[in-house]
Amino acid sequence: MSYSEKASAHYENELKCIRGAGLYKEERQIKSPQMAHIEVEFPTGAPVKGVLNFCANNYLGLSSHPEVIQAAHRGLDSHGYGMSSVRFICGTQDIHRELERKLSEFLETEDTVLFPSCMEANAGLFEVVLDKDDAMIADRLVHASIVDGMRLCKAQLYNYKHLNMEHLEEKLQETQACRFRMIITDGVFSMDGDIAPLDKICDLADKYDAMVMVDDSHSTGFLGKLGKGTHEHCGVLGRIDAITTTLGKALGGAAGGCVSGRKAIVELCRQRARPYLFSNTVPPVVIAASIKVIDLISKSTERRNKLEENTKYFREKMTQAGLDIRAGIHPIVPVMLYNAKLAQDVARDLYEEGIYAVGFFFPVVPQSQARIRTQVSAGHEMHHLEKALAAFIRVGKKYEILGKTKQEIIERYGM
Amino acid sequence: MAEDIKKMIIEYVKKEYLDEDSDQVVTEDTKLISSGIVDSFSMVSLKMFLEKKFQIKIPDEKATPEAFDSVTSIIHLLSEFTPL
Repeated sequence: MSYSEKASAHYENELKCIRGAGLYKEERQIKSPQMAHIEVEFPTGAPVKGVLNFCANNYLGLSSHPEVIQAAHRGLDSHGYGMSSVRFICGTQDIHRELERKLSEFLETEDTVLFPSCMEANAGLFEVVLDKDDAMIADRLVHASIVDGMRLCKAQLYNYKHLNMEHLEEKLQETQACRFRMIITDGVFSMDGDIAPLDKICDLADKYDAMVMVDDSHSTGFLGKLGKGTHEHCGVLGRIDAITTTLGKALGGAAGGCVSGRKAIVELCRQRARPYLFSNTVPPVVIAASIKVIDLISKSTERRNKLEENTKYFREKMTQAGLDIRAGIHPIVPVMLYNAKLAQDVARDLYEEGIYAVGFFFPVVPQSQARIRTQVSAGHEMHHLEKALAAFIRVGKKYEILGKTKQEIIERYGM
Repeated sequence: MAEDIKKMIIEYVKKEYLDEDSDQVVTEDTKLISSGIVDSFSMVSLKMFLEKKFQIKIPDEKATPEAFDSVTSIIHLLSEFTPL
């Protein structure tokens, strides 16, 4: 037996440490499709409870949209369940290429290649386009999947303070001798809802002859007037060299991601990106539904408009109620609580009130930046938003945090 | 000499990792990694800075979060590779 007592004891101890540090992640079982109102069993064995979901990336409310589900059924019937292959052997169907074309049109890029997830797109991209003589210059708060992708790449790694353009410029000056430089950022940062100033980033890239890569997972489908993403919002369509994004959030929420951008970069990913070459093709059912999603959002901006209105309303009302909301326009609405235990207590009480939202704390966010991240959806109706507001006000009163400044919350609850 | 090096590293940490309006105090014993001032991702740039400054190569197995967790521990690490 190779699984020794020593190994077993080691793993058990690791788990104990995770629990001891308060970092153990409990999974809540959802008994219904993903939508604004869901049925949840938590903790396991407890009676199923109906709650409003304020923590899904289901920005456009398309995860269980009837037309998307219908398209998935049709795709299953016409193209089967699985492909039992990677893309380049016998895993590319007509609909895979159709979705890649549609994504390029929607994002206004030259070409697109699908990956099993955006995590894998980020894992594959950098080592394909950069080498040891090059530099990756990344915002310090980029997503973990980008960090992992950069670790797989031989290029030198530099990072700049979050959204700080002066610091980015310093790094561009420091790396003038490198063959190629790539500025790497999230379009929208998932913990804060901060939007990267892509207009300024592209200007700096032009000035210093650098490329720009953006992970737009939290924007594709709804940011910008036509919902194309952060590059549309910032007025830099056509100026981003590589966009990675996901089909697993606003665009139906199932699975899959892509690299979209300069033709040669995309083509090289198709030839050399290891997560693409060695992963199974995205299932036809997901592709068929994703095509429907792109058709729906290309035809009408109704859902992204509703999301924008919902977000504006929710942000305004939460601020008026005296909650400490991180300013912005994005449907990620972080309610700042600063203290990890307070964030967990408030999340637990909200759940009792029928609102499902999750507390985040160090190391997921910086020390003393604990928060509840709420996420607004176009699937939310006004009465859902009102119910969440009422719940936040009741729980906020209980913990006496309404109208309190950061300093006052920290003085009372600690960091 | 050692005092100058301490000061230089503290200045770099403040300039590189803290916002201009930060009131965070950094001394030789301030925890850098475990406090979150420098995350494990940003530690790479601190390592590169030290390697360039002292013309040394710190092997990855020595560049642990513990070794980079304070200016004092960084100086201890540097002393393995260069006379201070």
